Amino acid sequence: MKKTFAMLLALTMVLTLCLTGCGDSGGGGERTVNVCGWGENIDPELIDRFEQETGIQVNYQTAESNETMYALIKQGGTDYDVIVPSDYMIGQMIAEGMLAELNYDNIPNFSLIGEAYKNLSYDPENKYTVPYTWGTLGIIYNPDMVGGDIDSWGALFDQAYAGQVGMIGNPRDAIGAALLYLGYSVNTTDEAEIRQACQLIADAKAAGVYQGFFMDQLYDKMEAGETAVCTYYAGDFLSMYANNPALRFVVPKEGSNWFVDAMCVLKDAEHKEEAEAWINFICETESCLANMDYIWYASPNAEALEQYPAYYQEQNGEALDQELYAIMAAPAEVLERCEPYLNLPADTLALYTDLWVDLGIS
Amino acid sequence: MKNKRALFAVPYVGWMALFVVAPIVMVVLYAFTAASGGFTLENFARIGGYAVVFTRSFQLALIATVICLLIGYPVAYMISREGPRFQRVAMMLVMLPMWMNFLLRTYSWMSILENTGLLNRFFSAIGLFSLINRLFGVQLEYFPMINTQGAVVLGMVYNYLPFMILPIYSVIEKLDSSLLEAARDLGANSLGVFRKVILPLSLPGVLSGVTMVFVPSVSTFAISKLLGGSNELLLGDLIEQYFVGTSYNPYLGSAVALVMMVIVVVCMAVMNRFGEGEEQAVML
Amino acid sequence: MSRKSRGFNRVLMALIFLFLYAPIFVLIVFSFNDSSSRTVWQGFTLRWYEELVRDRAITSALWTTLLVSLLATVIATAAGTMAAVGLFHMKKRWRRPLMTVNSIPMTNADIVTGVSLCLLFVAFFAGWADFARWINAVQGLVRLPVRLHMGFGTLLIAHITFNIPYVILNVSPKLRQMDKNLVDAAQDLGCTWLQAFRKVVLPEIKPGIVSGALIAFTMSVDDFVISYFTAGSGTSTLAMVVYGMTKRRISPKINAVSTLLFITVLALLVVVNVREARQEQLADQRKL
Repeated sequence: MKKTFAMLLALTMVLTLCLTGCGDSGGGGERTVNVCGWGENIDPELIDRFEQETGIQVNYQTAESNETMYALIKQGGTDYDVIVPSDYMIGQMIAEGMLAELNYDNIPNFSLIGEAYKNLSYDPENKYTVPYTWGTLGIIYNPDMVGGDIDSWGALFDQAYAGQVGMIGNPRDAIGAALLYLGYSVNTTDEAEIRQACQLIADAKAAGVYQGFFMDQLYDKMEAGETAVCTYYAGDFLSMYANNPALRFVVPKEGSNWFVDAMCVLKDAEHKEEAEAWINFICETESCLANMDYIWYASPNAEALEQYPAYYQEQNGEALDQELYAIMAAPAEVLERCEPYLNLPADTLALYTDLWVDLGIS
Repeated sequence: MKNKRALFAVPYVGWMALFVVAPIVMVVLYAFTAASGGFTLENFARIGGYAVVFTRSFQLALIATVICLLIGYPVAYMISREGPRFQRVAMMLVMLPMWMNFLLRTYSWMSILENTGLLNRFFSAIGLFSLINRLFGVQLEYFPMINTQGAVVLGMVYNYLPFMILPIYSVIEKLDSSLLEAARDLGANSLGVFRKVILPLSLPGVLSGVTMVFVPSVSTFAISKLLGGSNELLLGDLIEQYFVGTSYNPYLGSAVALVMMVIVVVCMAVMNRFGEGEEQAVML
Repeated sequence: MSRKSRGFNRVLMALIFLFLYAPIFVLIVFSFNDSSSRTVWQGFTLRWYEELVRDRAITSALWTTLLVSLLATVIATAAGTMAAVGLFHMKKRWRRPLMTVNSIPMTNADIVTGVSLCLLFVAFFAGWADFARWINAVQGLVRLPVRLHMGFGTLLIAHITFNIPYVILNVSPKLRQMDKNLVDAAQDLGCTWLQAFRKVVLPEIKPGIVSGALIAFTMSVDDFVISYFTAGSGTSTLAMVVYGMTKRRISPKINAVSTLLFITVLALLVVVNVREARQEQLADQRKL
């Protein structure tokens, strides 16, 4: 028994060491950086290359949506250094004092970022962020299954597609689509308008239009022909298209959202220097090109954006389809119809949250 | 002497106080805290609006539990009637699926049940749909099975059935065979033996089986997400959503968790009334 | 029992096992599928197994899962056995409330256990940060880390916590079934209590300890919900990687790793069973 007890004691000590050891990683010989981004949103070779070049270990984790990422960080107990949320969530995080100001001297490649992607509304003085990707939200559909073309957000609420629609599983995009269909701004703070939009979704749900509320599961479902219509992001459409060329993408006539996902460093990040090294590495034109080719999201790096068609040809031995490139990096006339999400005031955010829960209950 | 040996339990008591009791105290504290800090009862007031979720979750869990019992009891009974070798292999086979991650098994059901899934493919391959269409003049291309409540219940039954079989089996298997013989000698037929002797004596196993199926069913969130398409939130989904999901609010989440816990505890207490005694059924 | 009804029973059992194993069969088959489709068979391949070895996320998650399950089982089995002995010698007045607390982790919903532990850890870390800052300020000898976060340590604590009750529940009945006179006899014959425990009690309760450990290990490997809430962001068990994937597309690599795990366990259980059967046979022969 004594032996068992001694063993137990030793194990408890090891345990405590484990616990405290985790908090102490900054002092150790190995440098690390903890990155949290979206699923399938980075070329894994970039991670390997960064590790080889700098000797900094990358711990890459994923979150499902902006709201989930926010909850994970708020809840505490996470150790992210770099996060890659979308514009409106960045606005909210800055407002709540969750982000650290960056030292742009450590990120010389920031100069490569196109002017159109700097000083955006969520970070007007550009003190906290470095853009990672941008794109548009649109409708992805399978013409063979719906028997025709779609050009309106109405498709997401139309009983003609009952049982074939995969609704998007995050409140901002779902309610945003409904607001656009009703002709309102995606940034409205008018309670009646938002309630009307939610009612539209609730009615469609009650009428059996939706198979369910999904996020990245849509890849699988769209590619397999399980789901006929969904709303998702341009870059992800291109990933699906690579596996199922029957699919089509459209930025609906009512307009849409254009988003920027940007890299930020959390205020209490333990590895700020490493984090900035990572951000700088990702901004390199070569990294951006490789990433574009892998995840199909447009890069904010002006050089990379320009060189991409040539890079594609070099990599794949065939010319880049101009139509696809226009989906990836939407041209000005499409962007004109699109509106970025702004950070909403706290009571509107609370309304979103409540209505979203109610949607799930009904 | 006796009390001294009781001291062996001291580290364990300390551990449980720290990691079982204290966390529950935390949940209680959070449930009575407002987002801005300070005491509040508002979280509970808001739960009223979630009555639908509560009834839905308890309903589905109850259905799943009843089905598990209806399948699990006969199976456990039948296994216990077999030879020792058969018994051992059968119990091994019951436990084995738990070694494959439950999410994967659930995901696998998704592949089976989808509109374009294996089952529907199979039906269409054997011409079932064309037969039905010809017979009833309908335009059926697939059976809608995924993203329904039925699929969610199926997921629950599938995942938690072993938890029903194991405790029931372990109780029946230990029944004193001389007791059964005595009953037979006293003139009971096999149905009588079952009803008067086996069933009452196996009740502790049934109770712990019911607990072990009902509790995880009522609080599941992964199953409803994968097989139910997040169409109708269950309690687990609600709690997950408040803690790490789209609507961060751990205070409200704690309140929901607390209410759920209380209801479950009350249910179990009432149920255990029937199965008096401190002895609990053991799984193996 | 008549032969006819036995045949019927076996058919019924076969159907139940078919139900239990159909999805597993699908998983295994599609780990050899030459495409990432989950429903369409496109030829045999072993490439998922090759890619598996190179996938850092999966291999490290597999390692974490096995390590945490193994450690948690060992610790929980030792602690649980000790606790069971302690509880056994306790007065009923004390034992009863403790057994109620003991059943909490089993009857409580996983999600509540996970969430509550998570709240506790976060609160503890916040308190610790203040404490560490204060300690670091008043003296210069030891520097305590200020920021703690959830990781392997918290994951292990959570697993031990939900495993201990299963061990106790399996050991306690064996203690009760044991002939109390045995220990007294051993002590009368000059054994110290400790010796008596090792030579007499331990062999008696060994089956309970073994099955308790087995259940604890199974529970650890199968657990997802509690790990999900207590592992923090940097540590992932296999279940968490799978959950992350179910939200996108499941790579057949995961099927491959599960198939390997499944076959390993199957082989292990077969070996154990054959050995047990053989021992029983020997025992029977000896009796004769």
